Amino acid sequence: MTNHWNDIANSDCVFIIGGNPAENHPAAFGHITKAKERGGKLIVVDPRFSRSAAKADVYAPMRSGTDVAFIGGMIKYVIDDMLANPQNYNMVYLKEYTNASYLVNPAFKGPADLDGLFSGYDASKRSYDKSTWSYQVDDKGIPKKDMTLSDPNCVFQLLKKQYARYTADKVSETCGTPKDKFLEVCRAFADTGAPGKAGTILYAMGTTQHTNGSQVCSSYCVLQLLLANIGVCGGGVNAARGESNVQGATDHALLFHLLPGYLERPLNTDETLQKYLDRSTPKWTDPKSANWVQNLPKYLVSMLKAWYGDAATKDNEFGYQYLPKGSDNYSFISLFHAMYDGIIKGLMVWGMNPAVGGPNANMTRKALEKLDWLVSVDLWHTETGNFWKRPRVNPADIKTEVFALPAAASFEKEGSVTNSSRWAQWRYKGADAPGVAKPDLDIINDLMIRIKKLYDADAAAPNRDAITRLTWDYGTHADPHKVAREINGYDLATGKLMVSFAALKSDGTTSCGNWLFSGSYTEAGNMMARRDLDDSPFNVGLYSKWAWSWPVNRRIVYNRASVDPNGNPWDSEHPVIKWDAAGAKWLGDIADGGYPPMAADAGKYPFIMTAEGVARLFTAALPNGPLLAKGMADGTFPEHYEPWESPVKNPLSGTQNDPCIKLWAGEMDFKGDSDKYPIVCTTYRIVEHWQAGQMTRNLPWSVELMPEMFIELSEELAAEKGIANEDMVVVETARGKVTAKALVTKRFKPFRMNGKVIHEIGMPWHWGYIGLSTGDSANVLTPNIGDANTMIPEYKAFLCNVRKA
Amino acid sequence: MELNRRQFLKLSGAGAGGALLYSIASRGAALGATSPRTIPLHKKVGESPTICPYDGSGCGFLVAAVNGKVVNIEGDPDHPVNRGAACSKGASMRQLSADNPRRLSKVLYRAPGAADWEAKDWDWSLNRIAQLIKQTRDANWKAKDGNYTVNRTEAIAEVGSSALDNEECYLLIKMLRSLGMVYIETQARI
Repeated sequence: MTNHWNDIANSDCVFIIGGNPAENHPAAFGHITKAKERGGKLIVVDPRFSRSAAKADVYAPMRSGTDVAFIGGMIKYVIDDMLANPQNYNMVYLKEYTNASYLVNPAFKGPADLDGLFSGYDASKRSYDKSTWSYQVDDKGIPKKDMTLSDPNCVFQLLKKQYARYTADKVSETCGTPKDKFLEVCRAFADTGAPGKAGTILYAMGTTQHTNGSQVCSSYCVLQLLLANIGVCGGGVNAARGESNVQGATDHALLFHLLPGYLERPLNTDETLQKYLDRSTPKWTDPKSANWVQNLPKYLVSMLKAWYGDAATKDNEFGYQYLPKGSDNYSFISLFHAMYDGIIKGLMVWGMNPAVGGPNANMTRKALEKLDWLVSVDLWHTETGNFWKRPRVNPADIKTEVFALPAAASFEKEGSVTNSSRWAQWRYKGADAPGVAKPDLDIINDLMIRIKKLYDADAAAPNRDAITRLTWDYGTHADPHKVAREINGYDLATGKLMVSFAALKSDGTTSCGNWLFSGSYTEAGNMMARRDLDDSPFNVGLYSKWAWSWPVNRRIVYNRASVDPNGNPWDSEHPVIKWDAAGAKWLGDIADGGYPPMAADAGKYPFIMTAEGVARLFTAALPNGPLLAKGMADGTFPEHYEPWESPVKNPLSGTQNDPCIKLWAGEMDFKGDSDKYPIVCTTYRIVEHWQAGQMTRNLPWSVELMPEMFIELSEELAAEKGIANEDMVVVETARGKVTAKALVTKRFKPFRMNGKVIHEIGMPWHWGYIGLSTGDSANVLTPNIGDANTMIPEYKAFLCNVRKA
Repeated sequence: MELNRRQFLKLSGAGAGGALLYSIASRGAALGATSPRTIPLHKKVGESPTICPYDGSGCGFLVAAVNGKVVNIEGDPDHPVNRGAACSKGASMRQLSADNPRRLSKVLYRAPGAADWEAKDWDWSLNRIAQLIKQTRDANWKAKDGNYTVNRTEAIAEVGSSALDNEECYLLIKMLRSLGMVYIETQARI
């Protein structure tokens, strides 16, 4: 989240799309209720009339996978209204805080010119040469601007051109949304564009689990920037995260493409530390831009000092060569293909159940059979750990050696977790674990001690120093406080804990396991354990002394955009920060960078994390910097493409699918077409169960509340297929079939698109073959196809057929 | 006078994390009884704050335990995210505890081709896993990719960790990268 849960109560309009917090974040939904009680509006856009929709002032249905068309239409609405009524919008924000005025390379062409493609597309590589996705710069390398926003090559004009095709009629034809409902959403949300008003977008996996999911996120950013809703109280783009510490696991980079704190992974070509830093450190010549990410060398070297201690010296590039290098995509879908192909021979599963949660579950389960060994660390037996005795297989045929290691539950150990709000909150041991179960921290520690011993004894092992020289001084039982301090970092000269990452150095004199968490555990104590509800000075729900929020306890990121160039809040009733001219300091939240307001001589642009210093309506491909600075894979603006499996031709261009998605051609990769599978299918969660089910399908109370798997379909489709409520039905896709009870409901309605009727059905994905309650897994149906930028699977929109069992 | 739970905690002079003596105000058996009767309870119940292990809201809960066994888990009334509220999962949290017979309480091992699990101890299992990791890593070591030194293994993968604490995540990534692993994925990807 750019903002945080409590802040949602400050919103004048909460816009939920791609999420269902009433069901999936029910207790936190109270902040949305509070916003409504204060006079705010709630908009819900969803293919299904969800429990969140039931609370909405405005609900609009939208066919799964058409998010960019919907938001693109809203962007067009706002631009048109802005040109007609500029007094209703914050034009200073648009001109000064975004790249709306920046001039783009005249050779750049977009989907409006190229039938859905951007300039530079190479069909044989399914990727772009991004050389035209650049700014026009002056002799100092600073982008040229047109503050009147009228130059045809300025970002604002290009944006206007990009979305000119996204008319309300086109949106209705593409999304199946009634035109009047679409316009009602536009009007309600565009109202938040006025200075002093704020609207928030709250989303979840309904946004990201698409082949163009990253661009759906980008479309929210563009809309929110046009409405001056980023950085302000009650605004932002806010992802409601689905696991208690999926935020922390991401922050600490349990992901192939990152190192802790969102640092770049080293690629094959990064032969030296210097080459790595040169490639991944953004350079920018405009002195008004803070370009904060240019501090990357300090963070990377400090991390290496935390990992390799005295063995990390200037002479050995601080141990940089101990890190593995890789340029391929090792993401989840790739990983299970590599397992299926026999490349991966051993798998560690830490509190996850991919046999239920991964896409194309039949292939996932088959891939597990190829393993030599599997270690599952969990509280429960899972489908993954027990794949070798799943229905219809003979265990004797499966040669995998399998371990099930019993882990302690969250309240049987001590440590911190990071929520959607970026709050790291400390929790305590409140009870004992069963039998010999123990904390994951002890399991990891104990295992690594044994691995280190094996390598200490084998001088011939490859790249042995990476293991033997790793600092690992946690004793027999690792103390979470000691680890938390290592993450926070030390000044190695004084031995004192770092106060924040601002003082980290690239010369090896500081250590810090993860720069983002620097300041979380200081000489003043464990900041994550704080429980002070003081809300001074502005009483806007920041709760700055409750737990600790990364970065540097900042509660709303990009908060310098909440004030005018002189440091006065746009919304004086709900200020985030405010410049105290007499004291020459910021009041309120921790301001983004300590600089004075932008208009001052020493002031900086507000968006300190982009190289430009302003927010991007147009995502240029910059020559240096982390992956994202080099542009999105699939375009500078979000453009609508149909899901990989879709019942219709793309109404907006001749380019049917996202042109940069990786197409898989393994022996279990199947694509269904709309002749055989004419119905759209989607998957989701329900309040009584959680994720792949192991944490709820083993609890008698949860199972009693929601005992079995079901499939939701509309009354119209049920009548067409002769299905009655509670009949057993079969849903089939090109990958597999699921049998479950029908829930015939008014929550789904057929979409009427340009005269054509399209049905959509949906089902929860919590079930599997192990546990107190068992049932077919929805992911047997879902395809192995991922987003063009992140390769997140397209669980939310695929094709199926349904019949009575 | 009616007290909400938060006032009650304050009046009883104990905050979260401290030991507190419960007392229950009861209306007595007869309907219409006017004066509440106090039943003193004699067990000291330790309460410690925790954060819900389910979704990413970060709701606060209080764990009450006697001799290490959970007797109650309920919403933390002071917590700014949920203010004591709980969804059906949060309200069921005590069934995650050690008295749920479905919890894994032993280290289990399944030999290649075996039809069932067998119990093993930590020592044997972790030694075996350490050996398997070393064997697989060393036998499938990729020192070079073309002309580039890459020092990695593609033969071992790790998935999961979004249910782990931050400190656990950090130690895990530190371990995995030192082994030269690149196939590392968490729930955020799916």
